[in-house]
Amino acid sequence: MLRTALPLLGLPLAETEAAGEPTKEPGAPGEPPPGLALFRWQWHEVEAPYLVALWILVASLAKIAPRVQAGLLDFLLFGSLISAVDPVAVLAVFEEVHVNETLFIIVFGESLLNDAVTVVLYKVCNSFVEMGSANVQATDYLKGIASLFVVSLGGAAVGLVFAFLLALTTRFTKRVRIIEPLLVFLLAYAAYLTAEMASLSAIIAVTMCGLGCKKYVEANISHKSRTAVKYTMKTLASCAETVIFMLLGISAVDSSKWAWDSGLVLGTLIFILFFRALGVVLQTWVLNQFRLVPLDKIDQVVMSYGGLRGAVAFALVILLDRTKVPAKDYFVATTIVVVFFTVIIQGLTIKPLVKWLKVKRSEHHKPTLNQELHEHTFDHILAAVEDVVGHHGYHYWRDRWEQFDKKYLSQLLMRRSAYRIRDQIWDVYYRLNIRDAISFVDQGGHVLSSTGLTLPSMPSRNSVAETSVTNLLRESGSGACLDLQVIDTVRSGRDREDAVMHHLLCGGLYKPRRRYKASCSRHFISEDAQERQDKEVFQQNMKRRLESFKSTKHNICFTKNKPRLRKPGHKKKDGVANTETTNGKPPRDLGFQDTAAVIVTLESEEEEEESDSSETEKEDDEGIIFVARATSEVLQEGKVSGNLEVCPSPRVIPPSPTCAEKQLPWKSGQGDLAVYVSSETTKIVPVDMQTGWNQSISSLESLASPPCTQAPTMTHLPPRPLAAEEPQAPLALPSDPLLSFAFPPSLAKAGRSRSESSADIPQQQELQPLMGQKDHTHLSPRAANPRWCIQFNKGGQL
Amino acid sequence: MGSCSSHAASIPDWDDIRRETGFSQASLVRLHHRFRALDCNKKGYLCRMDLQQIGALAVNPLGDRIIDSFFPDGSHSVDFRGFVRILAHFRPVEDEGTGIRDPKEPEPLNSRMNKLRFAFQLYDLDRDGKISRHEMLQVLRLMVGAQVTEEQLESIADRTVQEADEDGDGAVSFLEFAKTLEKMNVEQKMSIRILK
Repeated sequence: MLRTALPLLGLPLAETEAAGEPTKEPGAPGEPPPGLALFRWQWHEVEAPYLVALWILVASLAKIAPRVQAGLLDFLLFGSLISAVDPVAVLAVFEEVHVNETLFIIVFGESLLNDAVTVVLYKVCNSFVEMGSANVQATDYLKGIASLFVVSLGGAAVGLVFAFLLALTTRFTKRVRIIEPLLVFLLAYAAYLTAEMASLSAIIAVTMCGLGCKKYVEANISHKSRTAVKYTMKTLASCAETVIFMLLGISAVDSSKWAWDSGLVLGTLIFILFFRALGVVLQTWVLNQFRLVPLDKIDQVVMSYGGLRGAVAFALVILLDRTKVPAKDYFVATTIVVVFFTVIIQGLTIKPLVKWLKVKRSEHHKPTLNQELHEHTFDHILAAVEDVVGHHGYHYWRDRWEQFDKKYLSQLLMRRSAYRIRDQIWDVYYRLNIRDAISFVDQGGHVLSSTGLTLPSMPSRNSVAETSVTNLLRESGSGACLDLQVIDTVRSGRDREDAVMHHLLCGGLYKPRRRYKASCSRHFISEDAQERQDKEVFQQNMKRRLESFKSTKHNICFTKNKPRLRKPGHKKKDGVANTETTNGKPPRDLGFQDTAAVIVTLESEEEEEESDSSETEKEDDEGIIFVARATSEVLQEGKVSGNLEVCPSPRVIPPSPTCAEKQLPWKSGQGDLAVYVSSETTKIVPVDMQTGWNQSISSLESLASPPCTQAPTMTHLPPRPLAAEEPQAPLALPSDPLLSFAFPPSLAKAGRSRSESSADIPQQQELQPLMGQKDHTHLSPRAANPRWCIQFNKGGQL
Repeated sequence: MGSCSSHAASIPDWDDIRRETGFSQASLVRLHHRFRALDCNKKGYLCRMDLQQIGALAVNPLGDRIIDSFFPDGSHSVDFRGFVRILAHFRPVEDEGTGIRDPKEPEPLNSRMNKLRFAFQLYDLDRDGKISRHEMLQVLRLMVGAQVTEEQLESIADRTVQEADEDGDGAVSFLEFAKTLEKMNVEQKMSIRILK
């Protein structure tokens, strides 16, 4: 009809145009001065054709109006499933984009938690549709709302129950490491199935399970298990994602499954964008009333644009019953288009959008020790100020939760050994040391060239580009492993370097410890530096011996190394109480015990018999324990006295050499240890690099071997590996599981070795940590004694 | 606002305090209530014991130091003005443009530098303007769990001082301290929302 009208309209047009011309004559009063007018508004000329064209356009558009026959409830159902943001798609996209954490948490958290809402709405609408719209009563709506709470909170509860179970069972899997990944998978999956069975929100159940158990399970399970779980999960997730998107693609192509309706599709696309933006703006406005840092416009744009629909919507729409919902095919087509559109178009363009809008990106700075420490300080300060003001703010509740967790939950759910040495500041320090040590070994490969020494964790120095060994070591997922054999194994691919490295390390890095004055001269830099150093070291030693002698008089104590489960009462034994003047802080008299426990822990991390031997021998350790504090000569000249004020806690003297040592093959040739950094090497280092060197050396040492006499030059206590983490690094070696056994003793000793106050340090330090098999066989429970620093009948050696 | 103004009238130097600290009227009123609640004997000032009554501070590792910070220069009592002055450090920083502020006026108490200075003073007990290794060790001892031994603590203290120390004097001055924290969002971390 419209098409026939057009030619008719053409006539009046011609008329108006003709009529319009005379009016264009210039010179009429009130018109702009004559001349060339560049622009004139001539609406009246085009008015008629304009209107006609518009009319035709609108009418054509009306042809695309949705033709779907569906009632309100059907559309509500469709709306409920299409509006949910999908966690998979969001994660995939945001992982690349690296927005700041707040934004990521908001969008990703929303996608996880809205599963409850989706599930509820979908089920409610589905059942309404099945009941027929006429039968729905008011109470049903109320029931629907109530079921929202039931579903979400119930799902969370199920998840937490399974989290608790998981954490509890992993506490006892010390001896059967192999089942740990299995436990994690099965219990998490069981949480999912249980929630499904009870028609609660399964996604929330699994999320809560993961959230709740992470801290404890991570501490309890071995490093290998953790790696296994992580990579298996990633693989499974990737497979599942692929399968579902394949199904999506296949359904898109198989036209028997869907029916196209342009109006519905276009309308849906426009409205989901629009209403999402509207929802975000409204809710952000509400939230900003309560936030310290308000969410600004850019955040809101990213939040609304980042709402991607994905597989969940598709799965739900496929599940619709065609008999109940006759419009199902149209819905399927629309869903497919929406999912494609959001994932492809929005997903692809969000990255440029983020860059263009200059969204704050996440900062990937490596945490320095300072930052970690100060963050903790600030947290405490704020909690205190909140208390003073009387305001129960965020920090107050967080503090309360942490105290509750420390008192009850961690004790129940975490393995004793893991529980003991958890401390964040220590974690950071340890990791930094490891990193330094690795990079140190990496650089140039041998100790003799110290000029290029830089430590990556020192912010003021340039960090070294990571070399391949570092990368290999890190990729393998293990923490530091400075075990010589490990390094060799890792480099086995590079034949050329292998032998060279090995010899260099043998000859250079791991030199036998020598007494002060008897060092051979080929590693000296300068004689006077050496002498000065020697003198200082000697003075420090003497001072320290005096100190420790005094301290032992006061601090005689027995050690029961490991607070065994069956003897809970023996936890605190020593007579030394640190005179901590801090308020309410438990005295640090657990210090030495923890060192013992640390050692034991390491051992206990190991396979099998280790723990038995350690346990039995612990009984025998009666003796005076003390360790002199190591002080950095560079930093602490003149500040040594400051250390003395500190209430000395009992320390441990290095044990006497084991019989195993004598049989160490490496020693046969050189008469000494293969794997530790000798004090001599410190002399190579220029004095200004001394402290940096010392730190890395000490970390090397601690990991690799017993310390040398010139421990005073070593500034830092070797990092105690955390039970659950780094010590597993050596375990990661496929080649020699027993290497791990060798590992910890050195770790244990390393700390103690600081006191060269005992005269037989030379012998003690002959202990060779890396001797795998031989050591082990010789180290029967009895023989293992010497390794434990704790044993010290060395009282007499004072 | 009737009660407010009569309340305000009861506090001496109301306007001065407001100008100095930048608190809003409502916040000041609330803080005054709190001040009077803490002041158990109605002395009109707070002494150390009053603050120590707050139970939660006893289990806070830095609780004692925070209490001490309320009594600058070794005094034993703090009046409302001093009380509010310390708390003003924790006011959230407004987002106004930095150029608007009158450069001749003293820096507001809740500026980033002042917040950092407050934190610095918590570390630097002897007020010599530097955090020595010994002081760092003491703070670490307070904050790190019991399971870390003395030697480990010393190592950590050494390393911490070393990381921050640029001029090599073995201690961390205020500027070095501020530099290590330049990446941290101090304005947000050291602010309490209700103290607007």
